[in-house]
Amino acid sequence: MNTVAPTAKPAIGRGLRLQWEPAQNAHVLLYPEGMIKLNGSAGEIMKRCDGERTVSEITADLERSFGATGLGDDVAAFVAMALEKKWLEVRP
Amino acid sequence: MARGAPVTAAPRPGPPLWLLCELTYRCPLHCVFCYNPVDFSRTGAELTTAEWLRVLAEARALGAVQLGLSGGEPLVRDDVETIVAAAHDLGFYINLITSGVGLNESRLEALKRAGLDHIQLSFQDSTRQMNDFLSSTRTFELKSKVAALIKKYEYPMVLNVVLHRLNIDHVGEILAMAKTMEADYVELANTQYYGWAFKNREQLLPSRAQLERAEAVTQRFREDNGERMRIYFVVPDYFERRPKPCMNGLGSLFLTIAPDGCALPCQAARMLPGLQFPNVRDASVASIWYDSAAFNHFRGDAWMKEPCRSCPEKTKDFGGCRCQAYLLTGDAANADPVCDLSPHHHLVTEAVARAERPYVSEKPLVFRDHR
Repeated sequence: MNTVAPTAKPAIGRGLRLQWEPAQNAHVLLYPEGMIKLNGSAGEIMKRCDGERTVSEITADLERSFGATGLGDDVAAFVAMALEKKWLEVRP
Repeated sequence: MARGAPVTAAPRPGPPLWLLCELTYRCPLHCVFCYNPVDFSRTGAELTTAEWLRVLAEARALGAVQLGLSGGEPLVRDDVETIVAAAHDLGFYINLITSGVGLNESRLEALKRAGLDHIQLSFQDSTRQMNDFLSSTRTFELKSKVAALIKKYEYPMVLNVVLHRLNIDHVGEILAMAKTMEADYVELANTQYYGWAFKNREQLLPSRAQLERAEAVTQRFREDNGERMRIYFVVPDYFERRPKPCMNGLGSLFLTIAPDGCALPCQAARMLPGLQFPNVRDASVASIWYDSAAFNHFRGDAWMKEPCRSCPEKTKDFGGCRCQAYLLTGDAANADPVCDLSPHHHLVTEAVARAERPYVSEKPLVFRDHR
């Protein structure tokens, strides 16, 4: 798996949309003619990927919000997977 | 239960996640493979803008999230921009399925501003236009112009080409054209035999050799051109031995609203006899989806006959396509005859065998038209 620089600023991939769906009680990622239902932690990470915040800032925010520590590896692994699937992109 | 999988009553389904609004059956084209009903000109008046907006709001409240706007040619209507804007405000992901006829820059600019998410440009092949296309004349110029516009407004360029016996040998040229248009995705979808296409099936079904050649050409094109243009090749299900899980089971995810407001579990289902499909003019989308007899009819598997009823694969393919079962066997509750476990499978293999003959035009093609 690719590694992600802690300074990278991931954003939702072009043509995709992330939104909260009350009917499914989940965040979903919408793309042409399809949908991915995200689990809780994936949704929490993705909604912070606004192209402004770095991976480290996103991790810090998650740790603060959930009173957790040591989330760095999990966040980096998810972001790397999401970049590979083009759910996320890092704009130049 | 004697053997195999247990039969379960119709479960309460989840929301209709996918809403397809066929805004109109009107279309400037006359494609021989169109899946619209062959008596489309006898359907009632189209829903008004206000009625479409109510359908969108009601479906969205249930949890619908993907919206397809198709037809006919949806851009024949002048309120597509209004419908897109309302759908966007409601939170739909909006896909426009168009031939590109009627799509000029000012409309595309307005659609983009209204929140349109995605465009699928279908290549309107009728055999009359095929030559035109292959000789790079009028149709190609129209497509190229529209393709350039689509890219200018930062949409991925998605080209859908319906394949059949009369054009499948040109797959190489079609892919070359798509590359010239800088398509990002090309869907080479073999004709599905409903509506006008079923009427023309004997002339449209390719031979196995044609199909294999086309797949080989496609594969070679992929190898020579890399991943920049993604190509999907959809094999016609007549050549398969197991049916497709059509619509993921009727009434489970998909809701189609026909131009006149008729609510359908699949865009081809209107032909199924004995079902009173409700109309959004008379009932709410919620009551149609959850409570109507027509939408509950094919939920669960109590409606199934053998061999589906006791088949362990019924939870995977839901017995295949109800419309295909009806068109080929006369009973929508039969197994889709594409399945080689179906006692009617010979109807499919015989059609495939007839497609092996050299092409002779014994029967004229029926171009989609008013009648």
